[in-house]
Amino acid sequence: MSRAEMTTAPAAPAVETGRYVGQNVPRVEDRRLLKGQGEFADDVWMHRQGYAHFVRSPHGHARIRSIDVRRALELDGVYAVLTGEEAREMCAVPFFQIAPEPAGRIEEYPLAVDKVRYHGDAVAVVLAETREIARDAAGLVEVEYEPLPAVVDPVAAADPEAPVLHEQVGTNVAWHGVYDWGDIDWALENADHVVEIDRLHFHRFSSTPLECNAAVVNWDPGTDTVTVSSNNQMPMFASMVIGPTLGVPSNRLLFSCQDIGGAFGIKIGSYPQIAALALLSKKAGRPAKWTEYRTDHMLSAGQGNERVFLDTKVAVMKDGTILGFKTRAFDDAGAYLHYEPLGAVIWSQVSPGCYRLKHIQVDYTETMTNKCPTVPNRGYSRLQHLWLVERIIDIVAHELGFDPVALRKQNYVQPEDYPYETPNGCVYDSGDLPRSLDIALEMINAETWRQRQRELGRGSGRRIGIGIGSTLDSGTNNFGQARIINPQLPFSGNGEAAYVKLDLYGEVNVNLGTTPQGQSHETTAAQVVADILGVSHDQVHVTAGFNQRNNTYVAFSGTYASQFAVTGLSAAQGAAQKLRREIVELAAFALQAEPEEIELEDGTCYVRGDRERAIPFIGVANLVYSNNAALPEEMRERYSLNCRHVYVPPFQVPDPEQKRGNLTLTYASQIHACVVEIDEETGEVKILEYAAVDDCGKRINPKIVEGQVHGATALGLGAALYEAFEYDQDGQLQQASFYDYHAITALDTPDIKAADIESPSPFTPNGAKGMGEGGGAPLHAICSAIQDALGEQDAIVSDSHNPWERVWRLLRSGERGEPRGVRVLTRSDGGSGERS
Amino acid sequence: MVDAGRVQAIEVTINGEKYERTVESRQLLVHFLRDTLGMKGTHIGCDTGSCGACTVIVDGRLTKSCMMLAPQADGAQIETIEGVSADGELSPVQAAFRQEHGLQCGYCTPGMVMAATYLLRRNPHPSEQEIRRAIRGNICRCTGYVNIVKSIAAAAGGAEAREAE
Repeated sequence: MSRAEMTTAPAAPAVETGRYVGQNVPRVEDRRLLKGQGEFADDVWMHRQGYAHFVRSPHGHARIRSIDVRRALELDGVYAVLTGEEAREMCAVPFFQIAPEPAGRIEEYPLAVDKVRYHGDAVAVVLAETREIARDAAGLVEVEYEPLPAVVDPVAAADPEAPVLHEQVGTNVAWHGVYDWGDIDWALENADHVVEIDRLHFHRFSSTPLECNAAVVNWDPGTDTVTVSSNNQMPMFASMVIGPTLGVPSNRLLFSCQDIGGAFGIKIGSYPQIAALALLSKKAGRPAKWTEYRTDHMLSAGQGNERVFLDTKVAVMKDGTILGFKTRAFDDAGAYLHYEPLGAVIWSQVSPGCYRLKHIQVDYTETMTNKCPTVPNRGYSRLQHLWLVERIIDIVAHELGFDPVALRKQNYVQPEDYPYETPNGCVYDSGDLPRSLDIALEMINAETWRQRQRELGRGSGRRIGIGIGSTLDSGTNNFGQARIINPQLPFSGNGEAAYVKLDLYGEVNVNLGTTPQGQSHETTAAQVVADILGVSHDQVHVTAGFNQRNNTYVAFSGTYASQFAVTGLSAAQGAAQKLRREIVELAAFALQAEPEEIELEDGTCYVRGDRERAIPFIGVANLVYSNNAALPEEMRERYSLNCRHVYVPPFQVPDPEQKRGNLTLTYASQIHACVVEIDEETGEVKILEYAAVDDCGKRINPKIVEGQVHGATALGLGAALYEAFEYDQDGQLQQASFYDYHAITALDTPDIKAADIESPSPFTPNGAKGMGEGGGAPLHAICSAIQDALGEQDAIVSDSHNPWERVWRLLRSGERGEPRGVRVLTRSDGGSGERS
Repeated sequence: MVDAGRVQAIEVTINGEKYERTVESRQLLVHFLRDTLGMKGTHIGCDTGSCGACTVIVDGRLTKSCMMLAPQADGAQIETIEGVSADGELSPVQAAFRQEHGLQCGYCTPGMVMAATYLLRRNPHPSEQEIRRAIRGNICRCTGYVNIVKSIAAAAGGAEAREAE
């Protein structure tokens, strides 16, 4: 299939449900993981390794006056201590910055130099014989700080008077730009109603993978090669950032991993530590082994983006048609730009959310604050924006008296609209949102609960609320969107590599370029390859994990951003098809038949209609590997039985000026619905019903998809009700362990009902859409349900995090007479009237 | 000055096998298992007893091995994930996790399997709420607990079926 065909005319998916594709094949990975035989990053040891421990700043913002490492070095068992200044001297250049000027001038090194900019910023790192000694020695490193005023609010950080984190930048603004599609001024002028919302706040949290960051890094002096055995989930990005800084060429900076204990985007952000470990290893002449303690992780591994939306104005017609909205977004990147400011464009993959909004203007500012750097976190940058859109829908319904279900259905992109082009040129591939919503509502018995809600009435002490969260899980990034942030960046497209071969005795082996963290790539890749080669899935061995030495990677390799089902499996599919061609042609030679006559079944090649004429895979392998004189000369070098394929999605470079283009290849949807009960006395929100309807196109293994829907839902519920990272005015993190950061437990989680519909993507080779992130739907659904429970009350739900206390306050907001933060301007024939 | 040097000899029985080692007095049991003995099936997720990745059974009691010093285990009988499928076959609990897709990344899994094994020993027929309570100290970030609860219920159901035979 040519790319041109794919972009213009949707093609029928090439792969139908096969013997294995589409089936709930049991996972290959389980056997080792269930027995405790997985190999996670902390399970990797190297001979002569030392244990590393970072010395971290207790201040949010401070100048480093001096660092004295003498007492640490005196401790028995300490191999080396590396300070920020030393690290800087060993580096060729600072880390590459994605941001344009002036934030592009940030000079970040593997350890803090001159200043610390957040609570947990690493100023030095110790290497010692045991992890206990390393920790002791870190405590003996004496750092003298001169505290500086901190800035922790993303809006305040943009103020020219605010303390500046990076002096060479001169401002805390990491990126600013105005996204303006359609004509929002026209829409606001001609709308029957304008709903104004003063402030909405999306809070900071993290999926906090259960396995912390870890690595063993060895700078081998003999070959001048750096090996990194880590759980970094986007190793080639890490390589591209730290390689030039370390002065190590990419062919001598070799990443590998096997099992990863959850990542959720957070483990994209471990590259500064990996770079520090490389320098430490070089200095000490030993492998440096490092595993974060949980508090290290909470302080410095990276957290999800916080975002504030100010002065949102929504244009609504009398009949409920929503024309569009404008807002001013302030996103908080934390102290350094790790992967940021890509978040400043990634949200625009889903600019109108699930809706047919035509006019959108977002004045977007990303600021740096004295907080942990943000990194992508499940639903990265889209969930904040999708939450805004869902809040808009519910607040419009609340203020203007529309039914939130009907309002959604009316404004959703309709099934007949696909492929649907959004105002900024993204092409939603397929779906059926109204049907998904109907299914979700039925699953939670919405009508029964609506009845119950009415009966309950005031005075019962309890409130019932029904909520909806509509989201898109956009997947397979077009990295060209980076140019909307910085037109100078030489990035576009995407891709993934796979390698499929027939080994010496005819065994099928697959290498992937991905770094799975529970997404079952060994299982699903085996399903795809098995169907193509005519073997059973357990006859396909997929190499566990990632190893650069397998030469199966491209610059985009890794596991992130909901794309494996498209990029990884399409690469495996392409490689398997190439191998199939080789096998068929070799079999045709051996069996003296035409290639078109050859069929593959159960690891054997047959001539169609004649089961006696057959050659097993071992025979084909023999011809190429160990019996090649039996082949005619012209065939000998034509076949290797080693087939590499790189899948490249059909993207164009987006237009940086108009900020337009198709930014991802697929747009899976998830529609969630829930019923909550609120205790008026305490503000406790109890989830009575919860349902998620997923549509990720063709599902390769439905059970695996469902598992990821469950997981994304629980993380979202945790964030909605329990999980938050908060900093005080001085930049002190308040939740630095699982005592204070309440990761959702089995007791907090309702029984999540999951259902699906399948709208195959016309743009992918297998009809699948990437999925797994889930778009933060539970945050939207819970806020929506609380809003619904408030009923006629004036308050609006304006924060994504709703612990008991906040809900309790919402229930009492009318009593205090505080400003509501929302207004409706209604156009009469003569002009606008106001209801406040 | 830190006294990092204090060591002591301990003897523990793990999965039926006796181990005698000299350890740093302050070494955590989980580090003893992983670093000293190389039994890496027991994982570490939090260091504060909150997450349950390091769950083992010590003298018949469910224990978070990051909350216990190695010397405190002197003389103890310890069961770890490595002993659950000692004969190479998956135990009924492990088999149920596989069947019900009760794991994704597999990092919490050894702790979950230990907690589930312990629960079913004491209560072969737990209700859903009892299952949830039994694993409330084990955090999973991948599954939303849905299929873990299902797995444990299935393992209990399987036990019931075996008893009936």
